[in-house]
Parts: sequence; structure tokens; C-alpha cells
Amino acid sequence: MTTELKCHKGMGGKVQGVALVADDNFSARYDLDRIKGIFSRPQHKLVGQSYVDKILVLNTSKGGVASAWMLHEMKSRGIAPKAILFNTANTILAQGAALADMTMCDRFEDGDVTSLIKTGDEVIVDPQAGIVTILDKS
Amino acid sequence: MKLNDEEKAMLAGDLGEPKRWAMDHMIRVGDMFEAADFVSVSQAHMMADPESVGVAGVEFLEGMASHPPKDRRVSVPMITDPRGVDLSYYRPLGQTEEMADLDRRTIAACEALGILMTNTCINYQTIMPPVFGDHVAFGDTGVVIYCNSVLGARSNFEGGPSALAAGLTGRTPRYGLHLDENRKATKRFVIRHQPQGLTDWGVLGGWIGRQSGSYWEVPVLEGIDAVPTSDEMKHMGAAMASFGSTPLFHIVGITPEAPTLASVCDGAPPEAEEITKADLDGLRSSFGGKGDKVDVVVFAAPQLSLVELSRVADLVDGKKLSADTSMIVCTSPAVATDADRFGLTARIEACGAKVLRGTCFYNQYAREIGEANGWKRLLSNSTKIVNIISGYGYEPALASMEECVASAVAGEIV
Repeated sequence: MTTELKCHKGMGGKVQGVALVADDNFSARYDLDRIKGIFSRPQHKLVGQSYVDKILVLNTSKGGVASAWMLHEMKSRGIAPKAILFNTANTILAQGAALADMTMCDRFEDGDVTSLIKTGDEVIVDPQAGIVTILDKS
Repeated sequence: MKLNDEEKAMLAGDLGEPKRWAMDHMIRVGDMFEAADFVSVSQAHMMADPESVGVAGVEFLEGMASHPPKDRRVSVPMITDPRGVDLSYYRPLGQTEEMADLDRRTIAACEALGILMTNTCINYQTIMPPVFGDHVAFGDTGVVIYCNSVLGARSNFEGGPSALAAGLTGRTPRYGLHLDENRKATKRFVIRHQPQGLTDWGVLGGWIGRQSGSYWEVPVLEGIDAVPTSDEMKHMGAAMASFGSTPLFHIVGITPEAPTLASVCDGAPPEAEEITKADLDGLRSSFGGKGDKVDVVVFAAPQLSLVELSRVADLVDGKKLSADTSMIVCTSPAVATDADRFGLTARIEACGAKVLRGTCFYNQYAREIGEANGWKRLLSNSTKIVNIISGYGYEPALASMEECVASAVAGEIV
């Protein structure tokens, strides 16, 4: 059975991909090795994992204005997530998604998105409708 | 979003492609945050260091700069955050010509847009501090939190593209901290231990940022006995914004929007959380330990004021750094010029340190310069840099300015 999660109207186009989830926060500058395409900050729960072409699901976005340019830069090299879902986005990541034309949603109605979606789930993100669909695994 | 006639004309492209792009970009962002309309801004400030902008971003800026002057010039005063390369000193750091060229191209494009290359994250101390109630579009988290909190100005965190859009059009979507309702306290902290020195203030800011948790939380502090200095507020704010994405704080009886607790509360105040010395020591002790070798001591994040540079000069007078330890001091080009004139630069560099102008350590290819110089163990008095630098391959530790200098001389944490 598929599950539909309702969120605030987001940014970018409709995408489908595999989720990479952590109850942790996000900054492109502080947390990533953007050359290798992995999380690099030792304290981050996803350290060592590749974010390339994933639907990243995290709690919130942290300080660091640089992330706005960095999403655009990462996408230009094809070493970027397909979409980022947050419980709460900050302005910088939304602005970055706008420039990069990257899909981004936040403010989920059914609770903590980092527990509603599991790593490995196949999900469809429809930001204009404000709906994220978790596909049936079978 | 509701647009006036001028905004409709900009969006339609009647005033040129740069302004059309800017309006389209800001409407996308404004829609996500339910902005009803635009608000005029008096200044814009953009972060555009080449490491974050990248080749793609430089090409984007050059595209903007290729339009006719009447279309591409910013319409309000616009300044810049630190750069990634100090063009007067980059080869010795192990920075490459490629990095310097990217920086040169960024500067050329920004200048063609009419942007003033101030290259500073302490514009509120050195360029033109906004006034109470002033709407601005500032692009550095430390700058934004200081201007919102200490000066009572109104800015969201503006990433480079959005700051540029605001500079081109002289406006920004009215959402977030431009609205009264988002400036009310949502968290309340009672300080039971008075901070002493810049690092203590940074640690307090870091603790509050971590407890606050997101951009949309506003902490109010009670129990601060004495009015902090501008540099103390700077370190507290920068750390708070870094640990928590926090863009605004109030201190009852000190910051301008908080003459009383009630003035920043919407109804009953939030429940109070006490902050004790043990709490702050806990955050501090998660960073580094005595006797550990130090590869590089960094004074940066935020750039140093003239007052801080003067203090560093006093501390290093007559001393020599350990042969195994480097010291990097970052300030703005304007402050560096004064420091040269006052002899501070010469006094600091006589110990073996280097004063960099217009950069900040973490946004100047920190990974690459770390690898080129064999810098891994980093000591700083900036809670912010100690929080963020580990993602670039460093093992950071925190100490006061005095301890940092003594450690750089000894070659290990004292």
C-alpha cells in the first residue's frame, strides 16, 4: 500500500527516488564533501554515505549562507540530491533550491518526516501539490 | 504575491533580464514562505566566495554582468561578504591559480553589477550599520543575527542569489523576520553564569543556538548583568546562528526590542530554561584537550575588529610561534588598512603569524589549504569555527585568545 504525506507547497518539479533519512540537520558547507558526494562531518548521522540522486530527508537546515550557491554548484556537476525534505527548511536552503531548480518540501502535517519515511523507501515528491508518496515495497 | 506596477514591469522583463530573473527568483521563495508582498530594502550584502559559488555560480554572475549597464546595476547599495582568496597572499597558503582566477572572475562580474567589494562579515562594525526598523537583505548568518538582534534591523538569512535579487530590485519578499509576529520570543533562557571574554560569549551563543533548534525559534535571554561589547555580541551571535540557524535573539534590558520581557512576548512568556556554568563547560569540553599538538591557530569567524587585532598584537609582542604551529588572522580589507597604518599588522606578523585581508578561514578552501600545509589540529577562540570546521577534515579545539597565543608559542594546547 502506498502512503501519502501532506506537506506545505514546496519548490521545484516532481521527482521520484530512493530516500536517505536521518534525524539530523543539514548544511551543504559544513556537512558535505561535495567533490566525493558524501556526508563528511564526523558528527553527522549520515557520515560516509552518498547523497547523490537521493531524496534526502532531514530535520532542519542549519546556519551557513553558502548552501544557497552550493546546491546550484552541486547540481551543475550532477553530484546532488534529487530532492531534500525537511521538517523545517530555513530561508537559505529554499533560496538555494530556487536557484538550482531543486525539489524541496517542508512542514509535514502527519508529524516528524524523519520517522515517517525510512532510508531505502522509494518516494515520489510533488512539491506543487504538497504531497510526498511512499511507494509500496512489494 | 501582490505586485505593484513597477514589480509587474520588472517581472515582465520590461526593465531588463537581471531584474526579471530577480523577481522570478524572489517570488518562488516568497511563495514557499507565504509572503503577501515585497518590502523595500536599504542595503544588500552578498556572500559569493568562489568555493561556494563554484564555476556554475561564476558563470551565472558573468551572465548577469553581460547585460547593458542600465539593466544590470544594483538599485540599492550592495556590499560583499569575505572572499575565498586573499589575492595578495594565496600561493604560500597552497591555494592555486585556478582558485584565484575564479575569485578574479567573481570580482569582475560583481563590479560590473555595481557591487562594492567590501569582502567583510563585520560590515555592522565597519561599513554602514543599519538602523532600528531598517529592512535590509544581508547575506551572512553572523551579520544577520547581529543586525536583527543588536541593532533592531530586519533581515532574513539571504543566500547569495537572493541577496543579489534584492540588490538588483531594491526589495525582498515580506516574510520571516520582516514581520512583527516572527520576532517574538519562542524560547526563554535565564543565564546563571556571566560570560567572561569572547570565547565565553561564543560558547553561550552556541549553547542557546543548539537548544533553539531552527530558523523559526527566537530565544530571549535574561540574567545578563553587564552590557556586552560589540565584539562579545558578535561572537555570541555568530555561534548561535552557526549552532542553531538562529537569526534573532533578544536580551532583556539590553537589546532594543526587549526593554522588558513582556515587550518580546506574545502573551505569556515561554517557560524559562536555566543555563549554568556546568552547561557551558559541557559544550566547551567536547572540543580538544591540554597537551594536544596544534598545527594551526586561527583567529577568524567572524573577521577580527580593530580592537581584537590590537589585542592579538599585544599578546604576541616579543614572542615567536613554535616551528610546528602556524597562526592565521583574518580581517576585512578596510580594517587591515587601518591595522597597517597603526603598525598592528607588522607586530602580529613579527611572531610568524599571517594577517589575511578580505577572507575568512572556513570559506577559503579550508580543506585544500589544510592538506597543503599539513594542518589538522586547529585551535581557535571562535566557537563558530570550532563548530563548523570538522567537515573540512580538521580536529578543532576551543580556547581563549590568550590561551590560543600561548599554545601557538608552545606548539601544543596549554
